[in-house]
Formats: sequence, structure tokens, C-alpha cells
Amino acid sequence: MIHFDNVTKRYPGGHEGLSNVSLHIDPGEMVFLTGHSGAGKSTLLKLIGLLERSTRGQVRVGGRNLTRLRRRQIPYHRREVGMIFQDHRLLYDRTVFDNVAMPLVVAGLGHAEVGRRVRAALDKVGLLNKEKVYPITLSGGEQQRVGIARAVVSRPPVVLADEPTGNLDPELSREIMQLFERFNQVGVTLLIATHDLELISRLGRRTLTLEQGRLLRDSTA
Amino acid sequence: MSGDRRRTPAARRPSRLRIWLLRHLQVALASLGRLARSPLSSLMTILVLGIALSLPAGLHLLLKNVQQLAGHWDGAATISLYLAPETGRGEAGRLAERIRRLVGVEQVTLIDREQALEEFRRLGGFAGALEALEGNPLPHVLVVRPDPAHSDPDSADALLQRLQGMKPVELGQLDLQWVRRFQAITEIARRGLLVLAALLGMAVLLVVVNTIRLEIQNRRAEIEITKLIGGTDAFIRRPFLYLGLWYGLFGGLSAWLLVSLSLWLLSGPVARLAGLYDSRFVLAGMDPATVAGLLGGAILLGLGGAWLAVARHLRDIEPA
Repeated sequence: MIHFDNVTKRYPGGHEGLSNVSLHIDPGEMVFLTGHSGAGKSTLLKLIGLLERSTRGQVRVGGRNLTRLRRRQIPYHRREVGMIFQDHRLLYDRTVFDNVAMPLVVAGLGHAEVGRRVRAALDKVGLLNKEKVYPITLSGGEQQRVGIARAVVSRPPVVLADEPTGNLDPELSREIMQLFERFNQVGVTLLIATHDLELISRLGRRTLTLEQGRLLRDSTA
Repeated sequence: MSGDRRRTPAARRPSRLRIWLLRHLQVALASLGRLARSPLSSLMTILVLGIALSLPAGLHLLLKNVQQLAGHWDGAATISLYLAPETGRGEAGRLAERIRRLVGVEQVTLIDREQALEEFRRLGGFAGALEALEGNPLPHVLVVRPDPAHSDPDSADALLQRLQGMKPVELGQLDLQWVRRFQAITEIARRGLLVLAALLGMAVLLVVVNTIRLEIQNRRAEIEITKLIGGTDAFIRRPFLYLGLWYGLFGGLSAWLLVSLSLWLLSGPVARLAGLYDSRFVLAGMDPATVAGLLGGAILLGLGGAWLAVARHLRDIEPA
């Protein structure tokens, strides 16, 4: 599903976010990405979501070669990759429903279909009763779940999460991870960046460890 | 039956075109809603656009009225034919009759030499000079007025050449000077109007560019997230283009309102002035073609401004 072939990302000024990384993630895998801050976790995720482009090497997602993807085609690629952020990135002047509906509206779905799918996604994250409220009135854990609902509402084959539990207490973190495991059970490929090693070890999933932009370890627990 | 069967799935699942149209309508209304949500600043922008647009529109109307007024002036170009001094009254009358039948002539007036002398006496100043002369120094004069189709300088000149060849005309004079001057002045006014319209059109464009640029900055987060979840450039552009369209439309409408209001304020005094000149001149208002031109132009400027702002600034906003 996700292939990195000798990928290097060099930023202006010479700093290398990723150095010669090669990896391979199969469809339906749930993989953790870990390492100290600045190790290149976010850079790796950004390359998959085409928020950034590699300096060298090839990135392929779902058979699509991102290195050669033209600018106009980026939106269509991003529709196939759900992204979840530590800071949620919600729009605070719109209701929970409207936030979650955005990917479907962007894809041009009909009104009835949007309503049906948004409610299904909100139901999955347990926020069906909050569809009419504004995100600012929600707790951090709830806001994160709105972000997750938005990432999965259009049923993308790949979901990326960058420190999704970074601001949450252990109890809420566990809930979020259970949510991810449920998505994984229906075949979604997940790549989750986190430095919560305790959480990772408990779930016993494949873990990629980055250090200073290099892939240090690829361990299947 | 078979027709029904074919219609059913289409009714259940709306076509892509219908969804597309619906989305456009939604975006258009949402943009309108954005204007309504900050009424004061929207109104100020719209008024600025309206005032800028009303100046060229009003001047266009003024020019049209002046040209219309000039059309009202009888004998825009009149030809005076001075007959040879020895010509008799009867001969002058017969010549007038002949000229009256020529193509391009609307009216011929004979100014009798005796009559003219009387008039000179009455005008004063000349009385003493005329007394000193023996007899009447004035010839009979025929004043020829070309019909409207032949009153432009070139045709009138051609007519003059023809009339000058007729006996017993001694001298023909075409008073074209003021016609030419008037035409030159209206041409300057027309050019000036074009320059002014271009400048103010530019001003409208820049106001819209700036307004949309601020709107883009205010909605930076929304644009970033929309790009993040796979919104195409066209999708992101759309609400801003509609915003420009609304600004243009409302700016044009307010310009129409302002010009109409000014016309209404002027119509009374103009009617009074026209009355003093024994004229039934009425100020011409905005005809449908002018209104359509004004609104169409305003919408194009609004859309164009929005497009410029969007092309310049949307690319800069990328999610990180």
C-alpha cells in the first residue's frame, strides 16, 4: 500500500528530515511510527499525504507514484488518504456535522448521501448526539474524535495519524486506539506516529523507529 | 411503463449535473450570506464600487443628453446664400422654390432685403451708418437648412458647392465652424469619458482585488483544511469568485440607483430651463441597454477582480 524507495527529504538550509528511507506497508496493516521529536515522523507522514515532496527517491501510495504526481492531481490523492493531527485542525465556525461533512462536500456528494455518511462516521466515534454543536464546546478527546470522523468519513483506504493522542490522558488514548483498531479490522491501512511507547508495546503491532531521519528499526512485535 | 422504469433510478439518485448546479447555488447563496453577515463593511465596499461606477455612467448619460440636445437645435448647419444685388424679389422667390425641391434640403427661407434693412435699423448701432448710405446695401438672402440626413459637415459642404453654382447666387456661406467645434468638443468629452471610465474601472477592479484578498486571509484556516482533505483549486476558488460577482452586481445596482437619483434631482431644474427656451427637452434616463451594460460591466469587473486576487493568493496558502 505504501512504498518508500531510498527516500530523502532535504529542507532548504541542508537539514535532512529523512535520509535514505526504504519501507513497505501492506494493505490492511496497522503500523506505528515512533522516535524522538525531530526524528522525521511528521516528515514521513507529510510525504505520504503530499504536504511535502521528497528530494530524492520514490514514494508510492496505492500504486500511485507520488514523485510524478502533478499539482492538479494532489487533491484526488488526498481524498484517498485520511489525515489526523495532534491539534485536530477543525474549523471552529462550523458545527461538528459541517466539519465532518467537508471531505464529502469537496468530493461532490449529494445532500442525502452526505447526511447519511456523516452520521455513520459520528456514530462510529460516539459523537452522534453532538452533530449540531460547535467544536469549541467539546473536550480535547471529543475534538480529536471529530477529527477522526472527518478523516474516515469518505472511507479512504489509508489513514495517517500524527500524534493523535499527544494531548490526551491514558484513558482517552486507549479509547482512540481502540477506534483505530476497529477501522483496521474493516481493512483500513493505518500509519500512526506517536512517542507513547507504553501504548505501542501494549498493542503489539508492527513498529517503525526513526532516528535522525533514518529508519533505525522495523520490528514486528 | 418502460419510461417509468427508466426514470426511477434517476429520481432516486440525483444526476451529477444536478448536484453540480445545486452546489453552485449553495456556494452563491453562502457567499451572499457572508456579505450579509458583515452588513456595514459590505455596504461600504458596495457603495465605493457604486460611486466609482456611477461617475462614468452619469457622464455617459450627460454626453448622450448633450448630443440629443444638439440634435434638437434646428439647422445645425445652415447655408446662407447671398444673391446678386440686382436680383429682383420675384427672381429670388423662384430660386427659393427651385432649391426647395432639391434633395437634402429641408427648408428655405427668403430674407427680403427691405425686411433685413428694417431689422438692422431696429438692432441699433447700425442706424447711423445705414442713414449715411444711399439706398439699401443689403442683398436678398436665402437661408437653406439641410435635412437631418444631410446636415453633417461633408454633406452640407457638398450641398453648398451645388447651390453656389446656381444663378443668381453671388456668395454662399456655410456656417460650419460651430458645428465642427461642437463635434470636436463632444469628441473630447467622449474620449475623456473613456479615459475616466477606464481609470474608474481599474479602481473598481483594485477595490475588489483588495476586498477579496482580505477575505482570503481571513479564511486561511478554512482554505488550508479544504486543501488538506482534497479540495480542488476550483472548489476553493468558487466562493471567492461568487463573492466578487455579488460585489460587482451590487456595485452596479447602487451605481444605477445613484445615477437615477441624480437624474431625478436634475429633472425639475432642467425642465424649467428648457421651458425658458421654449423647448420640450426632457432629460433622457438610463435605457435598458445602458443599464444592462452597466450591470454587465460591473459584474465582469467584480469577477475579474476576484479572479486576480484568487490567482495571486490561493496558491500561497498550502497546508503544512
